[in-house]
Amino acid sequence: MAAWSPLEWPVLRQVLTGDRTGRGAAVQSARTRQIESRNATADRVVQSVCPFCAVGCGQKVYVKDDKVVQIEGDPDSPISRGRLCPKGSSSEQLVNNPLRQTKIRYRAPHATEWTDLDRDTAIDMIADRFLAARRHGWQDHDEHGRPLRRTMGIASLGGATLDNEENYLIKKLFTAAGAIQIENQARI
Amino acid sequence: MANADCIILMGGNMAEAHPVGFQWVSEALAKGAKMIHVDPRFTRTSAVATKHVSIRAGSDVVFLGGLINHMISNELYFHDYVVAFTNAATLVSEDFRDTEDLGGLFSGFDPETGKYDPSTWAYADPAGGTVTGPSGEEHGASASARAAGHEYGSGGPPLEHASVLRDETLQHPRTVFQVLKRHFSRYTPEMVRDMCGISIDDFEYVARTIAESSGRERTTCFGYATGWTQHTLGAQFIRTAAVLQLLMGNVGRPGSGIMALRGHASIQGSTDIPTLFNLLPGYLPMPSVGRHDSYREYVDSIGSKQQKGYWAYAETYVVNLLKAWWGEAATAENDWAYDYLPRLSGAHGTYQTTADMRDGKVEGYFVLGQNPAVGSANGRQQRLAMAQLKWLVVRDLNMIESATWWKDGPEIESGELRTEDIATEVFFMPAATHVEKAGSFTQTQRMLQWRHQAVQPPGQAQSELDFFHELGVRIRARLAGSTDPRDRPLLDLTWDYPPDAHGNPDPEAVLAEINGYVVDDRAPLSAYTEMKADGTTAGGCWIYTGVYADGRNQAARRVPQGGGGVTQSEWGWVWPADRRILYNRASADRDGKPWSERKAYMSWDDAQGRWVGPDNVDFPVDKHPHARPDPSLGGAEGLAGDDPFVMQADGKGWLYTPKGLVDGPLPAHYEAAESPVRNALYAQQQAPARVLLARSDNMEAPSAGEPGADVYPYVFTTYRLTEHHTAGGMSRWSPYLAELQPEMFCEVSPELAAERGLVNGGWATIVSPRAAIEARVLVTDRIRSLTINGREVQQVGLPYHWGVGSDAVVTGDAANDLLGVMMDPNTQIQESKVASCDVIAGRRPRGADLQRLVASYQQRAGTTPETGTRAVTDPEKEGF
Ligand code: SF4
Repeated sequence: MAAWSPLEWPVLRQVLTGDRTGRGAAVQSARTRQIESRNATADRVVQSVCPFCAVGCGQKVYVKDDKVVQIEGDPDSPISRGRLCPKGSSSEQLVNNPLRQTKIRYRAPHATEWTDLDRDTAIDMIADRFLAARRHGWQDHDEHGRPLRRTMGIASLGGATLDNEENYLIKKLFTAAGAIQIENQARI
Repeated sequence: MANADCIILMGGNMAEAHPVGFQWVSEALAKGAKMIHVDPRFTRTSAVATKHVSIRAGSDVVFLGGLINHMISNELYFHDYVVAFTNAATLVSEDFRDTEDLGGLFSGFDPETGKYDPSTWAYADPAGGTVTGPSGEEHGASASARAAGHEYGSGGPPLEHASVLRDETLQHPRTVFQVLKRHFSRYTPEMVRDMCGISIDDFEYVARTIAESSGRERTTCFGYATGWTQHTLGAQFIRTAAVLQLLMGNVGRPGSGIMALRGHASIQGSTDIPTLFNLLPGYLPMPSVGRHDSYREYVDSIGSKQQKGYWAYAETYVVNLLKAWWGEAATAENDWAYDYLPRLSGAHGTYQTTADMRDGKVEGYFVLGQNPAVGSANGRQQRLAMAQLKWLVVRDLNMIESATWWKDGPEIESGELRTEDIATEVFFMPAATHVEKAGSFTQTQRMLQWRHQAVQPPGQAQSELDFFHELGVRIRARLAGSTDPRDRPLLDLTWDYPPDAHGNPDPEAVLAEINGYVVDDRAPLSAYTEMKADGTTAGGCWIYTGVYADGRNQAARRVPQGGGGVTQSEWGWVWPADRRILYNRASADRDGKPWSERKAYMSWDDAQGRWVGPDNVDFPVDKHPHARPDPSLGGAEGLAGDDPFVMQADGKGWLYTPKGLVDGPLPAHYEAAESPVRNALYAQQQAPARVLLARSDNMEAPSAGEPGADVYPYVFTTYRLTEHHTAGGMSRWSPYLAELQPEMFCEVSPELAAERGLVNGGWATIVSPRAAIEARVLVTDRIRSLTINGREVQQVGLPYHWGVGSDAVVTGDAANDLLGVMMDPNTQIQESKVASCDVIAGRRPRGADLQRLVASYQQRAGTTPETGTRAVTDPEKEGF
C-alpha cells in the first residue's frame, strides 16, 4: 500500500482540483480511479424498450460474454431522452434476479410440492390437455340451432406485457381452436 | 403535451405512475403552461401542479359537466370549430327524451333487461325517421354483452348512411348543441361543490384557466388513467372530457387532445391486436350468434358502404384478416372461411369466465404475464375459481401468487382450502424477459417500437412466441388426418413461420404478416388503402399496415431524437399510417388555413393542391377544404372538405353519440355502485345499465338511503406507486424495488385516524363486503375529508401491489381482495376506483376468524346477493 500523502487530504484536494462541490476528482481514491464502468467493457449494446409501463422509454442493454451486465436509458429516444424511472432502472434485475425461475415446475393433482419436468414433456402434456378440454367444452350450436363452433373449456388471461407478435399468435391459435374466453389486462 | 398551454390531469397520478412521460408536462410548465391536477389525493403530480383540486372519487362527471355548462352558458366555446367540425348542428330524432324529461334516465330504458334500446337516440333522417346502424338497431343488452364499446378503438360506430339534417345557426331545439345545453344546465358550480367537494372558487379557477387556454391561439390537453376507466360509467367519464375538448376546439391540434396514460408496456398493442374476447385484430368485432350468423350480416354490421370515412371499407379489412389466417383455404366461395370463426353468445369477459370457472365450467386456464390472484378485483373469488380448474398453466418470470395459491394463498391460511384437496394440476413455465426476445411493444401514444434480442433466455425459459408456436405445431400434429370439420380451422391455419438461428419462429416474419402483403409475391403492403377485398392481399391487422412498408421493419427505426422534424418521425412507427397527431385536418380551419400561426400544423396548399405540414395528414391528401361531395358516395369519396373526423361515420366529432354507447348518448352522473352519498342530480342513484355479477362470493354494500349503508361508511380508492408495477409480478421480486416500497399501507386523513383510533405506523384492518385486509397506517393530509351535501365524507387510499404468498421479496395483503365486480356496460371493465369499506384499528384476524369478521359485517349490513342490484332506483319517477 502506498504511503499516505497529506496532499490526498480531501479538503485540500477539493481546493486544489477546483472540485468545490466535492462530487468529482476530489472524492476519487486510487481505487475508484481504477474502477471501469461495466458499460465500457461490454461486448455489445442492444437497443430495447422498457417492459414496465406504457410510456415506452428507450433502453440500452449492455452485454458481456452473452450475459446482460447493465440496462440504462437510451439518450437517442425522443420519448425518454435517456431517462428511466426506478422501475425501468431496475430492469437488469428482471434478467439476473436470483429469485427468477428458469426451470419448469409441475404440481400434480393434490400434491403438496412442485416437481421438475423437461420442456418437451411439459408442452406435450399441455397439448394433450388443451385438446381434451377443447373437446369437453365444445359447442356446435346454440339452443336455436345457430352455429357456435366454439369451446368453453379453455380460457386465457394475459397479453399487456407481451409483444404484438406474441398476442397475434395467441389470438390466432386460440380462435382457430374455437376458444373465445381470451382476455388481458386491458379489461381490468 | 409539451406543446399545450394548459394540461388537466385527472383520474391519474402521472408524475408517479408515468414518471418519464411526465417530463413533457414539466417541459410545458417550463414554457409557461399551467397544469391542474384534479384528484382525491395530493400526490407528487399535485406537488408540481399550478393547482391541485381535491375531488371525491367517482364524481368526475359532475365536475366536467359543470365545465361544459360553464363554457356553453358563458359562450366561451370555440364557435367556429364547433360549427364546422362537430355534430353540434346535427338534428336528433323527435323521439329522443333526455334525463331532463325523465327522472334521470334517457328514453329507451328496458327494465326487463336493465339495458337501453338506443333507437330513439339516433340522428333525424332527412328522408324521415332516423339514421339507424347499417343493420338496424342493436339492443343495449346485446351490445353490452359483447362489450361493443371496445370496437371504437380506432373509429366511431357505424351509421347506415351519412345524410343528416344540420342547422348551423345551432338554434333548432333538436340540434345536438341545444340538447347538450339543456342536458348540462343542472351541472352548476353549486352542484359541483355539493357533489365533488370542490369550492366554487376552485371550480371557477379551473374553468377560467381552460377557457383562457383554448381557442385559435391556444390549446388545452387532458391526461387520464384508470381513475377514469375503472368505474361503472367509466366510458362516460372519458366522453365528458371529449365533449368538453370538442367544444373548446382541442382535438386534432398541437398540444390538444385527451391522452390515455396506459399502464403496461404493450397494453395498447394488446387492444389493437387483442387478446380480448370481444375483438379481432384492428377493432373488428368477434362474431356474435344471432347477429353475425352469416358473413354478409357480419360485414354489413361493421360499416356501411354509404357512411363516410375509412370504416366504409370494413369488409376489406375482414377479408385481409381471414386471408392472413387461413391462406388458400379462404376463398370467395366460402366467404373467406368466415365460418371458421367461433361465435360469442353473451359476455365472456374475464370476470364472467372466473364465475364460470368457480362453477366448474372451465377446465384449463392459461395465465400469461399477469397475476389475477392479486391483480383482479375480488381476489378471493379468483383464487377459489382457480381451485376448480383441472389444469392451469402459468407463464411468468417469477413464482407469482397466481401459481402458488394452492400452497400459500390466503385461503390456505384461513383453512377455507386444503392443499391436499385441490385437484388442479399446475404447470409453471418460465418466461423470457424483454431482452431475451425480439418483438414490438405499442406504447400509449400508439407508437410501435421494436426491441432487438440481446441474449438467449436462460435454462428452460422461453418466449410466448416460441411457446405458443410450438404448442400450435403439436396440436396440429395430433389432429393431422382428422376429418372432423371442427378441426379444419386449426389444420388450415397458416402456421409456417421461418425459423431463426435457434429454430424458433422469426418475430419479423410475424410482423410482416400483421402488416399485410400481396398474396402472389408476398410483397409487403405500405398502407391499408392498398388492401383489396378480392383475396389478392392479406394482412393480419389493418391498422398496423405500413409498419413493414418496403420490407423494412419501420418499428425498428431509431434515428436519434427521431430526426430533425417536429414530429420526430424517424423513431418507431405510429398507427395508423405513421400519423403522429390523429384527426390533424382539424388543425386548420374550414378553409384549410391554420387557426393561428402559433398553432399551425397541417394546412391546405392551393398551389400544390394538397394538404401540407410536418405530419402525414389524417385526411384524403388531395381533397380540397371546400369539397362538398354527395355524402351518399360513402367512404373517403363521401367526406366533405370540412369532415376532419375520418373514422366517424359522418366525418364530425361527436358531442352527442347517436350510436355506439349503451348507457346513454350523453354522459350523466350516477353514483358508484357502492356509495355513501345520495345522487343529488337525479332520482336515479346508480348507473342504470351497469353490469352486475350478483353472487354470494361477490356481495355489494348498501348505498346511501338503504339500510345498512352506515356499516361500510368510508370510500376507498386504489392506486399505484412509482416503485411497483401492478400486481407486483415484475417488481416485488426485485430487491431494489422491494426495498424502496416494502410494505402495504393505507392513507387516511387525520380526521379519520381520530375517528377510528388509527396511529401513524400502526396497523389498520379494512373491511368490505368481500374481504378484510390489513395495512400499515399512513396518517396524512394528502388525503382530505370532503364536505359532500353538507356531510363529511372520508376517503381511504390503498396501493394495490402486494399479495399473499411466500416467494416474493415482499408480501402483504392485496387491496383488490376488497373490491367487488361491478362493471361498465360498454367495456365490461370493473369499478375499482371507488367502493365502500369500514376501517378499524389493529391487525386482521387469522385463520377461520377472518371469514367470520367479513360475515359479521355482512350480517350487520343485511347484505344479500341482491343488495345493490336494482337497476332503476325509483321506477315511478321514470314512468315505469
Ligand atoms: S422507465 Fe418508468 S416511465 Fe419509462 S417506460 Fe419504464 S416504467 Fe414507464
